[in-house]
Amino acid sequence: MTDTIANRAAKATPQKVARKIKGLSDRAIAWIFVAPTIFLLLAINIFPLIWTIQLSFTNYKANRLNREPEFIGLRNYERILTDSDIWLNMQATAHFLFWTIALQVLIGFTLAWLINKKFKGNDLWTTIIVLPMMLSPAVVGNFWKFLYQPQIGLFNYIVAFFTGKDPSSFEMLGSVQLAPWSIVIVDTWMWTPFVMLICLAGLRSIPDYIYEAAEVDRASKLRQFFTITIPMVLPFLMLAVLFRGIENFKMFDLVVQLTGGGPGSTTELTSINLKREAFEKWRTGYASAYAIILFVTVFGLASIYVKALNKVKER
Amino acid sequence: MKKMTSAAVGAALMTSVSLPTMAMAEDLTLCWAAWDPANALVELSKEFEAQSGHSMNFEFIPWPNFADRMLNELNSGGKLCDLLIGDSQWIGGGAENGHYVKLNDFFDAEGISMDDFAPATVYAYSTWPKGTPNYYALPAMGDANGWFYRKDWFADADIQAAYKEATGEDLREPQSQREMLQIAQFFQGREIDGKTVYGASIFTERGSEGITMGVTSALYPWGFKYENTPGSYDMEGAVNSAEAVEALEFYKEFYETATPPGYTNSYMGESLDAFKSGQVAMAMNWFAFFPGLYADPNTGGDKIDFFVNPPQNQAGSTLGGQGISVVAYSDKQDAALEYIKWFANPEVQAKWWELGGYSAHNSVLNDPGFKDSAPFAGDFLDAMGAVQDFWQEPAYAELLLAMQKRIHDYVVADQGTAQEALDKLIEDWTEVFEDEGKL
Repeated sequence: MTDTIANRAAKATPQKVARKIKGLSDRAIAWIFVAPTIFLLLAINIFPLIWTIQLSFTNYKANRLNREPEFIGLRNYERILTDSDIWLNMQATAHFLFWTIALQVLIGFTLAWLINKKFKGNDLWTTIIVLPMMLSPAVVGNFWKFLYQPQIGLFNYIVAFFTGKDPSSFEMLGSVQLAPWSIVIVDTWMWTPFVMLICLAGLRSIPDYIYEAAEVDRASKLRQFFTITIPMVLPFLMLAVLFRGIENFKMFDLVVQLTGGGPGSTTELTSINLKREAFEKWRTGYASAYAIILFVTVFGLASIYVKALNKVKER
Repeated sequence: MKKMTSAAVGAALMTSVSLPTMAMAEDLTLCWAAWDPANALVELSKEFEAQSGHSMNFEFIPWPNFADRMLNELNSGGKLCDLLIGDSQWIGGGAENGHYVKLNDFFDAEGISMDDFAPATVYAYSTWPKGTPNYYALPAMGDANGWFYRKDWFADADIQAAYKEATGEDLREPQSQREMLQIAQFFQGREIDGKTVYGASIFTERGSEGITMGVTSALYPWGFKYENTPGSYDMEGAVNSAEAVEALEFYKEFYETATPPGYTNSYMGESLDAFKSGQVAMAMNWFAFFPGLYADPNTGGDKIDFFVNPPQNQAGSTLGGQGISVVAYSDKQDAALEYIKWFANPEVQAKWWELGGYSAHNSVLNDPGFKDSAPFAGDFLDAMGAVQDFWQEPAYAELLLAMQKRIHDYVVADQGTAQEALDKLIEDWTEVFEDEGKL
């Protein structure tokens, strides 16, 4: 008998265990190995999801344990979908998502393209650029709050230096017009390096011989960029967009630290609003319906996006 | 500062406080917010430890997270706290949801009378349903929203002359809300000692309760009422009355014309910072902070003075403060009740005031020397005579967050009108009371 890994594993199996396993089919053994994972998945993912769906049809409040929850049908869903304030939260979230992703992709790809050029100190610059994403969002939120402070904040002074305005004449966090942009700026500062790293991986995966062949065919640099670089990096870029989209849809910590959802409700993203409903107002049934609506939205959009991503990969 | 001598109080404590001999010493945990009076309570509680043999642990949570953290603890039936000094608005939920132990029998058995405490504090901190003799807490810390100002700036001859020239009036402690705004606007952007200063720091915080506590300091003096008839939940015409609209517009004008730039989300901490850093002429904050402010080496002492929230159509101050309750989920309720009995003792209450806590006990408040025992003591008495509190319903968090949103949307985010903000607030509150089955 040849000394394969399977044979060595069989020899190493204690006799008692071997006897017990002997009567089991391969399928049964596979189930034994997979069962713990399936159990955990059911316990911490599927069961809570089903329970949340059930709660979403009730007026249950988790802080009123002595009150029986009543079945109220689709009332919670109807309330949420007809509440103009919730749609404002959705708009704030959409604004945040669109601009953070657009800026991060644009700046991230540009940085990756520059870093991909061989130059002295390349590694050092890469390390410096990725530093922001290593910080805690709570810390980032707090120190940007100081940077945005109208009287002593560095950000206001820099803007004032270039525009000639009085630094305390504008409030990044206190103005309805500027606050949505202030959170976009901070998130872009923090997470552009992540997009850059993914793009860098894409750029470095393009074999040199493709460019060499293009050079032989006398393709211009611009042509090479649009016909080789962009198409080959596109799956990576799309993956970065997916990651950032999912992350920013559930953005909470950074924005709470920066604005607390204000001024008014200008930067109250859906996740902040959901947390208030669920754990400050304790409207558990209502918040469950809200969570289900958000889940369906993200799941639906992500499914469509993943299909598009797969098509791009197949090309 | 406070004229009641500690030696006399200490001697009285040793002789008059008698606690039953305990069979078993317990480790008690008292939960409260992390602020100046909490440190005073730690000091005060050492007497209890020495006398009872129990040891005291303290869980102090920063104010912005206090409600979240403690209400989660209560809702989950947690055993972290044996004693809780909870906000006055929690009393309804604490009672109806069974979080707090009802104290009537205990008070009767131990001879603790609620008549010994200031009526406003008993009403606000202890009773549920409101005003009924059902007690779930002992008044622990009287408090209200008040004001403090730069006495040295107000006394400066040049500034006084400039004020007189600008307004035709004398610069003095404001006697009305409108006069306060006028003074704040006078100081706004003024150069003092080579530095630009601002009018006043007011509460504008969005996340927890800040802007509601601030705006009610304007609403109450204008005559704001939550209901037309108490207990009826009939809010139309009360919450959005002409006076309420005027008061809300006043608060917005105050925010826009007399506060430092960037104070769009400020509460207790920011108010203290603004004053201590010499940025503002006046600031609002809870009386609880006043002993610390008076003791501040840079802006305290001769440079500071205090005044009660000025009246407009009537006197009115926003109630702060808390009662101390025994948590129903505690396994050490006997020892916790022992602490409450000790705390209710007049001598302990006297020492509580002496250390920086605000006693609500009549023996302290009615003491002839009380008014002169601290520069803010008289103002505190005035404030407590005209306090009003927010809803104390079990659904208070929903009611509070609705108000936070509507007021912040109008005052800070400049959306809509005051009338619209209050109309929407009634809609929100009506929905909450309908859900609660009260409408």
